Amino acid sequence: MKKTKITVAVSGLNNTDNPGPGIPVIRALRESDFYDVKIIGLAYENLEPGIYMHEWVDKTYQVPYPSSGSEKLLQRLEYINSIENIDVLIPNFDAELYSFITNSERLKNIGISTFLPTLKQFEERHKANLPEYGKKYDVLVPHSRPINSLSEIYTLTPEFTYPLLVKGKFYDAFVAFNPEQVAQHFNKLVSKWGLPIIIQEFIRGTEVNVIALGDGKGNTIGAVPMRKTYITDKGKAWGGITLDDEEMLRLTTSIIKQTKWRGGMELELIKTNENKYYLVEINPRIPAWVYLAVGAGQNLPEALVKLALGKKVKPFTSYESGKMFIRYSWDMIVNLNEFEKLSTTGEL
Amino acid sequence: MKLKKKLAISDTGFVFDPHSGESFSLNETGTEILNMLKEGKSQEEIMTHFLENYEVDNDTFERAYMDFIAMLKFYNISEENEKD
Amino acid sequence: MEKKIFERPLIKKLQTGMPNKFGTKTEYDPITDIDGVAIKGLMAQYGSPLFVISENTIRETYREAYRAFSTRYPRVQFAWSYKTNYLSAVCRTFHQEGSWAEVVSGFEFEKALQNGVAGKNIIFNGPDKSTADLTMAINHGAYIHIDHFDELFLLNELADKLQKKPKVSIRVNMDTGIYPQWSRFGFNYENGEAWEALNRIMLGKKLELVGLHCHIGTYIMTPTAYGIAASKLADLAVGLASKYKHNISYIDMGGGFASKNTLKGAYLPGSDTCPSFDAYADAITSALINSSISPDHIPMLILETGRALVDDAGYLLSSVIANKRLADGKLATIVDAGVNILFTSFWYDHKVTPAQPFGYHTEDMIIYGPLCMNIDVIREYISLPPMKKGDHIVISRVGAYNMTQWMQFISYRPKVVMIDMHNAVHLVRENEDLSYVCQLEKHPEHLNDIKPL
Repeated sequence: MKKTKITVAVSGLNNTDNPGPGIPVIRALRESDFYDVKIIGLAYENLEPGIYMHEWVDKTYQVPYPSSGSEKLLQRLEYINSIENIDVLIPNFDAELYSFITNSERLKNIGISTFLPTLKQFEERHKANLPEYGKKYDVLVPHSRPINSLSEIYTLTPEFTYPLLVKGKFYDAFVAFNPEQVAQHFNKLVSKWGLPIIIQEFIRGTEVNVIALGDGKGNTIGAVPMRKTYITDKGKAWGGITLDDEEMLRLTTSIIKQTKWRGGMELELIKTNENKYYLVEINPRIPAWVYLAVGAGQNLPEALVKLALGKKVKPFTSYESGKMFIRYSWDMIVNLNEFEKLSTTGEL
Repeated sequence: MKLKKKLAISDTGFVFDPHSGESFSLNETGTEILNMLKEGKSQEEIMTHFLENYEVDNDTFERAYMDFIAMLKFYNISEENEKD
Repeated sequence: MEKKIFERPLIKKLQTGMPNKFGTKTEYDPITDIDGVAIKGLMAQYGSPLFVISENTIRETYREAYRAFSTRYPRVQFAWSYKTNYLSAVCRTFHQEGSWAEVVSGFEFEKALQNGVAGKNIIFNGPDKSTADLTMAINHGAYIHIDHFDELFLLNELADKLQKKPKVSIRVNMDTGIYPQWSRFGFNYENGEAWEALNRIMLGKKLELVGLHCHIGTYIMTPTAYGIAASKLADLAVGLASKYKHNISYIDMGGGFASKNTLKGAYLPGSDTCPSFDAYADAITSALINSSISPDHIPMLILETGRALVDDAGYLLSSVIANKRLADGKLATIVDAGVNILFTSFWYDHKVTPAQPFGYHTEDMIIYGPLCMNIDVIREYISLPPMKKGDHIVISRVGAYNMTQWMQFISYRPKVVMIDMHNAVHLVRENEDLSYVCQLEKHPEHLNDIKPL
């Protein structure tokens, strides 16, 4: 069969010890039986390894951070598109999703397709909204409550039992074993992120994850559960194994069905000793370990590209459990002139 | 003011200091000054060149030049222990 | 041969890095004119620093907001929030567009009268209304929005004394799911205080209850909060209709809409995240229309939004006084506009743009104002092209609060000009001078003689 030629732009080329999903996504697309892909890398910084991995990335352009305004980002993309004629764009950074979601129509108008969650889906799954999310979609979530003053610390029991988690509005979480420690973390977090501080039930168990793809109509195109077998000191998976877990799949398809989730996602769950599953976070994009799903039989990035291009996609019905991934690092040799070219012209 | 001997300056305004491994980027006027310094031109010669070719007065140029030279020193691009 | 434009020479160390959440920001295109008027010329004629107000932007923004609400709801009235910007030229522009006046002090009330606004088109808010202020408001037939029980009792007394029935509303505060909840103004909805106030007004019969008011906060990014607030006010209106057979004539949703300015600490710029007027209008009007208020007694919807209507119309032009290197090699640029006239720089990362063309290269810098005080920082961290002494910058979106909260400190406050719809420039506020600053001062007689020093 002759493969269709398409051009796909991908960000998240930071294949480091806290990797972006860019390179694994590209790897999956290169293995496609349908598409012959030209890969345009979109880089924010000049040392993202993917920029220099020419066997995976055909050409890289530097793009401005979303924080400089989506107008600047779009102007740059329009320029890149005028040269490269991009068919599909797959953004892989959390920080850029908002900009791409809110501007997907404008991208569509210049011929660039995306397949992203809607703004409502994106906003709804924010950490602070988790309790409501759990109620609405009938998923167990850790009990949590925002507090606004130190005096509220003594009202936490018996609602909560120690230990518990003390979390900042945006980031950071600490385990506290007594009210004094809560107070200590409270002050630290307030000075960093402001009020409120979120108190969350500490769930004991194993962290498990699911990668999934929703078609935006309520159907789950694919889903693969995984347990991390080795975690780096940054909390990132350095090894993992696919699981045969009906309950995780049921939970995933139920969430996707109810929310009509559109695009890739990762569910972070805690499985307790009583075999209960608590949802702790939904990442609204493909995770960096996506290639494990490909290895287990579900090429989700390829399916995502098909969906973005408006093609019908038959849901995957199976995957191989017990497949493992083991990450490794690799030193590339790069000539200074490549770095110079990227740094001065913004292209390589 | 003397520059490090092995300093590589490209036309695009990219400077590589092989001694420290640091890279720098320059704007057009910065590239021009750095190239003239590398050729061993004196401050007077550089100044004359700029006053002739650019829309700039003596004081403005001198202030900008001083700041630029200070940055070269800050980044250790000039020869150590050099008096200028 | 024509000489080339001189740009300050620049050398920048290439930071080798991986992407992080907080990337650098650069504002790339220069702003060389406002509404077709060259900035260079403006500054040559009116001096530096200089506030510039675009009449065109005010009117366009107002019309956009009015369209968003009036296409969704039958009766809409805006009331210009005087505290946001009470320069007469600005107020009068809004009044010409059809805005009433929303005032929060005796001074603002007098200013609204002076601007030709009739008492029946003035809304009087705020916790501090003196006997004299309230007497003036009652005599002019203004809408008095009661903030607390002490004010309610005072109004009852004045009604007797003046033999008039003052037109009043109560301000209601409530939980709309946002933090912080403003409970210091008005009567609380959830604990029944609002109903107690309404009962007292209805049973006392001395005051004419005309409306319900709320103002849930400031710089609110979540339109849904307004939807919740509107539903709660609608509930009160329905309750009044059933209990007292009394229909209020308006619901006033206050202000607090965000502007496109970027709050300090925000990752994405305000221009990307600020909700549109349509989003606010949709939340408010659908809550009112879907409420149980009888269609025969649809109340007028009043909006007091200030910031969102005027922020974009204000610019502060300033000049570079000097460049210096800080001890850590970082570039500091000192400009002649300080935080005393740009109060909002305490909570916004204002957009700062050079007013002259520049090259591709930029440098990280800190922008200081001219005051001899450490807090005088306009932008803590910004990447801009190198600028020379005398170069101009444009600080955007400064129309709200700066021209009311500014301080006279160690120098004179600058001129304010307005560019009209035909691109003509008008001086709308003169700069201060020594006699202006000293005109209210007196000194005791024994300090008359100063020996030549």
